[in-house]
Amino acid sequence: MADSALRRGREPALFKSENLIYPALAFLLIFFVLPLVWFFVKSALDYDGSFALKLYQTFTSGLFMVVAWKTVWISLLVTALALLAAYPIAYTMSRAGPGTFTLAIICVIVPYFTSIIVRTYSWMIILGTNGIINRFLMFTGLTHKPVALLYNTVGVAIGMTYVLLPYYVLTLYSTMKSIDSWLMQAGRGMGASNFYAFRKIFLPLSMPGVISGFLIVYILAVGFFITPALMGGPENVMMAMLIQRNIEITMDWPLASALSLFLLVITLAIYAFYCKYTDLEKMLGR
Amino acid sequence: MGAEFVSAKGSIGLHNITKRYGDLVVVDDIGLDIRAGEFFSLLGPSGSGKTTTLMMLAGFAAPSSGRILLDGKDISHLSPQQRNLGMVFQNYALFPHMSVLDNVMFPLRVRKYRGRECLERAKWAIDLVRLSGYEGRLPKQLSGGQQQRVALARAVVFHPEVVLMDEPLGALDKNLRYQMQMEIKDLQRKLGMTVVFVTHDQEEAMNMSDRIAIMNNGRIEQLGSPKEVYESPCNVFAAGFLGEANLLPYADLDEQYRRRMGMAPGDCLFVRPERVALSDCPQSGADGNGLAGRIAGVSFLGNIVRYQVRINEALQIYADSTNLSGAREFAAGERVAVGWQRPEDARIIRHG
Repeated sequence: MADSALRRGREPALFKSENLIYPALAFLLIFFVLPLVWFFVKSALDYDGSFALKLYQTFTSGLFMVVAWKTVWISLLVTALALLAAYPIAYTMSRAGPGTFTLAIICVIVPYFTSIIVRTYSWMIILGTNGIINRFLMFTGLTHKPVALLYNTVGVAIGMTYVLLPYYVLTLYSTMKSIDSWLMQAGRGMGASNFYAFRKIFLPLSMPGVISGFLIVYILAVGFFITPALMGGPENVMMAMLIQRNIEITMDWPLASALSLFLLVITLAIYAFYCKYTDLEKMLGR
Repeated sequence: MGAEFVSAKGSIGLHNITKRYGDLVVVDDIGLDIRAGEFFSLLGPSGSGKTTTLMMLAGFAAPSSGRILLDGKDISHLSPQQRNLGMVFQNYALFPHMSVLDNVMFPLRVRKYRGRECLERAKWAIDLVRLSGYEGRLPKQLSGGQQQRVALARAVVFHPEVVLMDEPLGALDKNLRYQMQMEIKDLQRKLGMTVVFVTHDQEEAMNMSDRIAIMNNGRIEQLGSPKEVYESPCNVFAAGFLGEANLLPYADLDEQYRRRMGMAPGDCLFVRPERVALSDCPQSGADGNGLAGRIAGVSFLGNIVRYQVRINEALQIYADSTNLSGAREFAAGERVAVGWQRPEDARIIRHG
């Protein structure tokens, strides 16, 4: 004890583990916090008139209401869809043998590391009027006219769900992997059907993953830009797209900064909830 | 109140059970009849097939061939939930998100017990393992021994005729383990249930069991009461696995001695250390009809003193002497004559 304390004392201060955080912290401060503050301050100064008034006008305007509602709603839809798709995938991965697991993890990870633009354009090829799905539908005679799968909410939902799926799968997987597989066996051994054992044992124990995945994916979805911009229609304008338009096209920086503030507040609110919810793990007997 | 009930049911038959994983034969054509109300142990080293046998009984693994009977009824193809057996798992497998009460009520809820009856039965089981007052705790708030008791209560709460236990005491320290052995044995007697108990701890098996099956390489080497198996091992493995044993191979004994004992090549002479009697041997060399040697080491173990006696280059023997007052004590280097308490204490284990 005393010996190891002594040895730690002799370490150069630079390499003390608690000091290693500072470079990253400095980076974050210089390249994220400062520009953000500068952005808000500049918007406020540039604007002749009261910035508070501008904020008030923005947050009560019809356009803002519509876009904010769309952003919140589509993010919720996409997160829910991602959960439905990710849960069975993560469950299979957590219970699979090494062969199946490797295949599944490749299928999840490779898209994750592929450029988001490439993936979005791929979906556009699949979903387009002359895309694979519409050709198939028309070939089989199920429809005579192409179905609109692109440049509308359907397109945005499919594209965003797909892009965000790996985040949900990986979050769920790490929680599910830590669930002792003997617990389900024990449940079945005590007379429970597979479904009952799943509902009473596996599902509650996987809830921390469901919730943290939901928050992570939701935070990412709220700020999404490329996929809704490429795959959505005029009615699918999301907050990030509105910000980009205000900066690059209408040059209305105060408006852009007001909208950014809104996104930031939503994200931080969810994050605060996320931090608080970690107590949930204790409730679940971890 | 759930009355304590004694069932006459719960006999198990394993007929020609084999389990293969690819080319690997894990359980090799075993046959067993376990009587209703019996405490039966499967004892063996890891990889002997004892756990696989238990898993086939529970329904978690399907036998590659053979039949499993419960009270004469073929249950080989029933799923675990259809077999209605109680089970205590190696790491207890308590549900971490449920309180003690909810854990114990789980098998009852599955069996459609609701309301007061469910609660009363659960309380009866919790009472049985002396955990009253801990109903609201989560498993992680309990000690190892308490967790073990919850697992036990959960296994017996629905009055199964048979309870399977897979090394349930493996995680406990030695003192607690002995105490739990007695508690489990008590519970089994009180409820009259059949227990099939898997362990690699020979003392545990001897302490608790009515009968023991010693398993090795997927086969049953010997089957019998603890006393039978301890005193009359039928082969070298059984002799060496259960308790301490001196095994003197034919090749290492001198010609005269093995002729007198009637040993054939490949045979082994078997004697328990506590049946070895040492006496003074002033002359060098054996007296012609016994063995002699020199004390090579003395271990003081408290209630016994264990002497290590070197008989020749290849051969040494352990002799345990009860530490009674006035017992003859030998020192390292002394020459001793090696004999048996009674002639029948030394048995010949035939080759093959």
